[in-house]
Amino acid sequence: MPGVTAVAQSCSAVVEIGGLPIRLRCDDPAFVRQIQDRYAGYLSSSNNAKFDFEIELAPPGTESGDEDVHVAWDSGRWLMQRGDFRAEWNPSTARGRIQQTNSPYSLDSVLRIVHTLLLARQGGFLLHASSAIRNGRAFLFSGVSGAGKTTIARLAPPDAALLTDEISYVTREEGAYLAVGTPFFGELARVGENLRAPIEVLYLLAKGPQNKIEPMEGAEAVRGLLGNILFFARDPDFVKMAFDTAFDFVSRVPVRRLTFVPDASVWELIV
Amino acid sequence: MKSYRYVARSKSIAARALGDVTMVMSATDSKLFTLDEIASVIWQAADGVTPLNEIVANKICTQYDIAPEAALKDAEAIVEDLAGHGILLLSDQPLAEQGNSRGGTL
Repeated sequence: MPGVTAVAQSCSAVVEIGGLPIRLRCDDPAFVRQIQDRYAGYLSSSNNAKFDFEIELAPPGTESGDEDVHVAWDSGRWLMQRGDFRAEWNPSTARGRIQQTNSPYSLDSVLRIVHTLLLARQGGFLLHASSAIRNGRAFLFSGVSGAGKTTIARLAPPDAALLTDEISYVTREEGAYLAVGTPFFGELARVGENLRAPIEVLYLLAKGPQNKIEPMEGAEAVRGLLGNILFFARDPDFVKMAFDTAFDFVSRVPVRRLTFVPDASVWELIV
Repeated sequence: MKSYRYVARSKSIAARALGDVTMVMSATDSKLFTLDEIASVIWQAADGVTPLNEIVANKICTQYDIAPEAALKDAEAIVEDLAGHGILLLSDQPLAEQGNSRGGTL
């Protein structure tokens, strides 16, 4: 009988969102395959992952009913917790651990938290917004649940590259704000295109009887933006960073209210 | 004996003036407050050592056409409301250390 060589599978995947490659390791090859499917388009072959997370899958039935996310800084590490996961991450070692249910949605939540923490230090943020690139420029459509983020995304014309219908990724590079594609999707259930472009306008969405665009300035614009930035860490330094970033963003990027009727005609205004 | 009330900005906030208003965000629950013109004057003067009645007399009554008694009553309602949200500290003793240790504003 010919010799059989057991080849140890590398049970990991590197997910790179916003240029930040995160290696996710798990003993369960089936879960790693789920990760690879879920984050297709955002997988990196890079061996130079900047962050490393070990995932331990909890037995079914061990999750609690707590639906609130708790994020706290404790003894040099971030602790993140919800009913379906418990995670810790040490920024100085760039390593972390995640105990979670066998669901990519739990991992999705941990990644959103980690990215908010990473982005805050760089002057960026995650925003409740759909976003798309058209003619080389990014347009953000922000609002609370039901405001029309997914509707706008669904109505996008063929020449618009959809970055997300749910959570927009905003980075600050050389004094400019860019929108970056994410795999974080909402009702559209479609992974955004892995592209980036300078942000042309942030639209705050409202539904109405006719399409119209109105300028928003000063406190109104800041309030609209801050009301839609994802906050997880109840940490004074992070809140101050997000606050500062919101003012800087509004000073550099036009903010407008977009009232629209839910049909494709709204995109005639987005040029 | 006359009692004094002292006000100081909380450390656990971020704040910034924008025109005549001041935007304040609580670091404990991320709630955002927009202070109107009068509340902004009190906020800016809330150094922890100046009694509220002096702030009203020197910063409000001199700038706005309002009777001192009515102004003080309004100011007390404002600071109690802000203190209730945890973004302002209110005491019958000076609050210099709490108010100035970290500045509180951006």
